[in-house]
Amino acid sequence: MSVGPISQIGADEPASLPLSPLPRSREPAAAPAYAPAAASGRMRLINQHPGRGEKILLGALLFVALIIAYSIGSYLRLSANPDDKLLPSLAQMSRAMYEFAFVPDVRSGDYLLWSDTAASLGRLFSGIAISAMIAVGLGVPAGFIPRARATLAPFVAAISLIPPITILPVLFIIFGLGETSKIVLIVIGTAPVMVRYMAQMVTEIPQEQIIKAATLGASTWQMILRVVFPQIMPKLITCIRLSLAPAWIFLISAEAIASTGGLGYRIFLVRRYLAMDVILPYVAWITLIAFALDRLLYLYSKRRYAWAHIEGGAL
Amino acid sequence: MSFVEAQNIWVRYGDAPILERVSIAVERGSFCTIVGASGCGKSTFLRLLLGQERPQRGRVLMEGAVIPAEPTPDRGIVFQRYSVFPHLTAMQNLTLPAAFEQSPFLGRLFGKARREAEEAADAMLAKIGLSHARDRYPAQLSGGMQQRLAIAQALLKRPKILLMDEPFGALDPGIRLDMQTLLLNIWRETGMTIFMVTHDISEAFRLGTRLIVFDKVRHDPQHPTAFGATITYDLKLKDGTALDSFRAAEFLAEQTINQDGAVHV
Ligand SMILES: Nc1ncnc2c1ncn2[C@@H]1O[C@H](COP(=O)(O)OP(=O)(O)O)[C@@H](O)[C@H]1O
Ligand SMILES: [Mg+2]
Repeated sequence: MSVGPISQIGADEPASLPLSPLPRSREPAAAPAYAPAAASGRMRLINQHPGRGEKILLGALLFVALIIAYSIGSYLRLSANPDDKLLPSLAQMSRAMYEFAFVPDVRSGDYLLWSDTAASLGRLFSGIAISAMIAVGLGVPAGFIPRARATLAPFVAAISLIPPITILPVLFIIFGLGETSKIVLIVIGTAPVMVRYMAQMVTEIPQEQIIKAATLGASTWQMILRVVFPQIMPKLITCIRLSLAPAWIFLISAEAIASTGGLGYRIFLVRRYLAMDVILPYVAWITLIAFALDRLLYLYSKRRYAWAHIEGGAL
Repeated sequence: MSFVEAQNIWVRYGDAPILERVSIAVERGSFCTIVGASGCGKSTFLRLLLGQERPQRGRVLMEGAVIPAEPTPDRGIVFQRYSVFPHLTAMQNLTLPAAFEQSPFLGRLFGKARREAEEAADAMLAKIGLSHARDRYPAQLSGGMQQRLAIAQALLKRPKILLMDEPFGALDPGIRLDMQTLLLNIWRETGMTIFMVTHDISEAFRLGTRLIVFDKVRHDPQHPTAFGATITYDLKLKDGTALDSFRAAEFLAEQTINQDGAVHV
């Protein structure tokens, strides 16, 4: 008996489409009939992809343009007035940075660039680490256990609406002007959003997997340990990467207001002397650190959680 | 007493009735294939058997007792997708049930227990022809290999019932044939009771000892969702043929009409 499939009736979901772009064809010139259409001049812009070298060149373009534009501006101002402070020359900035990095400060004996960096990174890492622990500790139950969600969701949602900076005076009153209040500001500023993000990531684990684990005999705790945790770890790294930007803002703000060291403290201190030759390199240095942290986290995730990066990377 | 029994089940989501008056009794060791139009409630029926959902009316019994209200190891499941754990290699996917069983607090095995679980998993991998893919992640396996792994994983707890929701729906025809053979062998070996939803009627005939068809008996053209579906055909099968050829012919004739899109039953 031959029976045809009733695919028209029953086809439930089509196989999912690949998300990655189709591979670019590097066709040898063996198809002359289509050659004119394939000539790059005729191809749509959206289908013309830069090669490796061109990509690097294009990527550097705006950076170089910025440096050139700055140099010209600085040159013009300095030639009009050699004492101008607004746009110091690259040489002036290098000199200032050389002193900060390699000449000990007369008062404290510290190499200021490094002591500032160490102080700021210490606060940043402490704050982010605490936030990450809170994000996992509350986000996983909130995303996974209905009763925990009912308890936590409204509270976290409300807390996350408080503008963190408005809490800063409270923190200074409670914790004093020391390290604690700066770290707590970072935590208050980043943790609520991170908790919500992680809870969301947990709910996005396909229900099929949770059911499957139940049929394999897992308890709730075992599901958390073996199914939920490992799958949200790469998401936690993404979450930390996203939270670093606000964390920097809170760090610099707290340091600007009350501190005795740190990158933000230094910038706001030398602002009094209009020391743009220090401020600008410090801003560049902070940017560089932020970029490096982001890259490092990404590479770590790729190494440690290879399975999560098999089908096109996350973010 | 039948092994699995659904008694006068009704399910509705909000205002929409999905299943109505569904009753069926299934003997131990049956291979029930389930077909029906898309969205008519086949997956819902499986969820009831799994205990993931409860019917508004009626009840589902297994060995004479109402089934537990949540999934348990005596009922295994294979979905069309997401059936294996993406963060675990093929080997780790197969040692997971042992870890759940033996390590309540850590969910992990060490030393001798781990070696034993891995030996058992290796044997299972060899049986389903995945030994070479032992240390690969699911995303690195083809669809067919993933489903073989999913079936193997579901079998590890020796469930009394295996539920499958269009398990081969996303596979190429050639691979699908291999999978059907594999599944039949497993079924003969284990004597499990299987419920398998499929949208391929030839597959339903070839594999099943019983073909169950869900459809709406009442139909309101103005309100397509006014009525739920029920079991309209329940055919006993043997070796790909229906024992009641008259009913089968009737059912197939209906299918042809449906495919033409002209008449709805
Ligand atoms: N949780 C739910 N809430 C509301 N409607 C649902 C839910 N699950 C399924 N449905 C609806 O119930 C109907 C039957 O779904 P399903 O059992 O998945 O159909 P099938 O598997 O036969 O294609 C569909 O119309 C679907 O939209
Ligand atoms: Mg379905």
